[in-house]
Amino acid sequence: MVTRTAGVDTAGSVGSGDRSAVVVEHLTKRFGSRTAFDDVSFEVGYGEVFGFLGPNGAGKTTTVRTLGTLIAPTSGSAMVAGIPVTAENGPAIRTRISIMPESPGLYLRLTVTENLECFAGLYSLPDPRGSIERALAAVNLTDRAGDVCGSLSKGLRQRVALARAVLNEPTVLFLDEPTSGLDPVAAREVHDLITSMRERGVTIFLTTHRLEEAERLCHRVAILNTTLRLIGRPAELRAQLFSRTLDVRTRSAMDDPGRVFAGLTGVRSWERGPAGSYALTVTDPDAAAPDVARALVRAGADILSIAESHHSLEDVYLELIDEDVEAKRR
Amino acid sequence: MNVHWGRVRAIFRKELRDYRRNRFVMGSMAVLPVIFVALPMVQLFRVQVSMSSPALNLHIGLSLLYLLAIPTFIPSALAAYSVVGEREQGTLEPVLITPIHRQEFLIGKALAAFVPTLVVAYAIFGIFLAAAAIFAAPGIASAVFAGSHLLVQLLFTPLLAGWSIWVGIAVSTRVSDVRAAQQLGVLASLPPLVIVALLSLNVIPPSLWLALGFAAALLIIDGLAWRAVASMFDRERLITGRK
Repeated sequence: MVTRTAGVDTAGSVGSGDRSAVVVEHLTKRFGSRTAFDDVSFEVGYGEVFGFLGPNGAGKTTTVRTLGTLIAPTSGSAMVAGIPVTAENGPAIRTRISIMPESPGLYLRLTVTENLECFAGLYSLPDPRGSIERALAAVNLTDRAGDVCGSLSKGLRQRVALARAVLNEPTVLFLDEPTSGLDPVAAREVHDLITSMRERGVTIFLTTHRLEEAERLCHRVAILNTTLRLIGRPAELRAQLFSRTLDVRTRSAMDDPGRVFAGLTGVRSWERGPAGSYALTVTDPDAAAPDVARALVRAGADILSIAESHHSLEDVYLELIDEDVEAKRR
Repeated sequence: MNVHWGRVRAIFRKELRDYRRNRFVMGSMAVLPVIFVALPMVQLFRVQVSMSSPALNLHIGLSLLYLLAIPTFIPSALAAYSVVGEREQGTLEPVLITPIHRQEFLIGKALAAFVPTLVVAYAIFGIFLAAAAIFAAPGIASAVFAGSHLLVQLLFTPLLAGWSIWVGIAVSTRVSDVRAAQQLGVLASLPPLVIVALLSLNVIPPSLWLALGFAAALLIIDGLAWRAVASMFDRERLITGRK
């Protein structure tokens, strides 16, 4: 089940237990007359990688900051790592979580180790040296420990920020646009690190507008555009927003495709594309494809391909955001 | 709230490391004291042995006043940078995401400005006293070493530094630009120095009790300033940049 309106959604939860790492119920944040996000509800299971998508200004970063107790919500409630999000619980929550902001925010005159030493002190870690060594090893930066951060490339700085974020071995790790501004190689390195953390069972809340990144890394995604527009597994979102289609290509355009496709079981409708291509809306592509192939052979068509059309998460995202743009125009 | 000194130490150490590698900070920490030790020495060596006691005290008071500019100006620039500087660098949010309490953050920042200031100010005062003992005429040297002068220096150096630091941090939490913070911080650090100047220059007739009373008042003001700064430190406003 996929939820399209505000409301608690546990669909496809991959949490390891009956409790959730993050529970958000009807959360709203307003700055004066401007609403950052409105009536947002969702849950994130322990060990889940949860993608939080949305256009610029959709309220993603404000949501993360609210869950990290940096910003007080206007209304609604939330629990992070089993602790209610309130000002009093701020230090307790911040001990158990970590947030990697979009900008690495490193002390550029300090070395990598000195940066991490500062944060080991702020987290009051019992074995700072060991924690720093583990964090550096996790992001493959052990050999750059003595480098001054100002001398590092943007990708390496991002890795230092990631090392800082895992220093306290957080229960929930919030990553806010972790690959923003990185070249493809550096972005892939960050993806690999997130994958390794996912394999270690860390709950990751990933804010991004790189849709292929969310599709590749996340168990579930939510799309926010001030309100929560959609939440679920990427495949479920595609299925919900888009009807399933078969793309048929023949060597040349058929004279009367309507006669070929009409009456086939499982084919609900069809559309003619350019130069011998047809898009068939079907109930079940696997069941319909053999019937379609037989009908085409009977009609004497030379079949080049019959394949199910795949909609990407980007298609889902654009469909929703376009809906919002249209709604605003009206 | 219990202050966790480990977190205070983490901020303090980070700040000192950052200062050490910042040529602007190290330069201003080196140049300002040289200026403020040269001026009182010139003032001191212009003093005639035949001067009357009030005139002699006026000259020495003026000399020592220059030295009190060190704890006024050095920490104000450091403190004014402390919060807005981190905001500009983008380093404030990662720190505020940790379990640190605002009081711990502020104490760490304040100590990082206070300790180097005290070290520099007392070292310069020591150099001044040594120069007076070695090079000044015996009558002038003994006037410099008068208990009241020593007391004023030892007492007002940390108190003036305290005021400059809290005012500087207060400005730094409210403005959004480092240069504006540093200019306002220096301006706001001046009022107590004016009163010390009036005492040093005999405009307000100085006495030991008056100096002690003023020091006690400054100590209370420093305490109140710390509380005011702690209440002004609002995570949400600092993170979002909203007024």
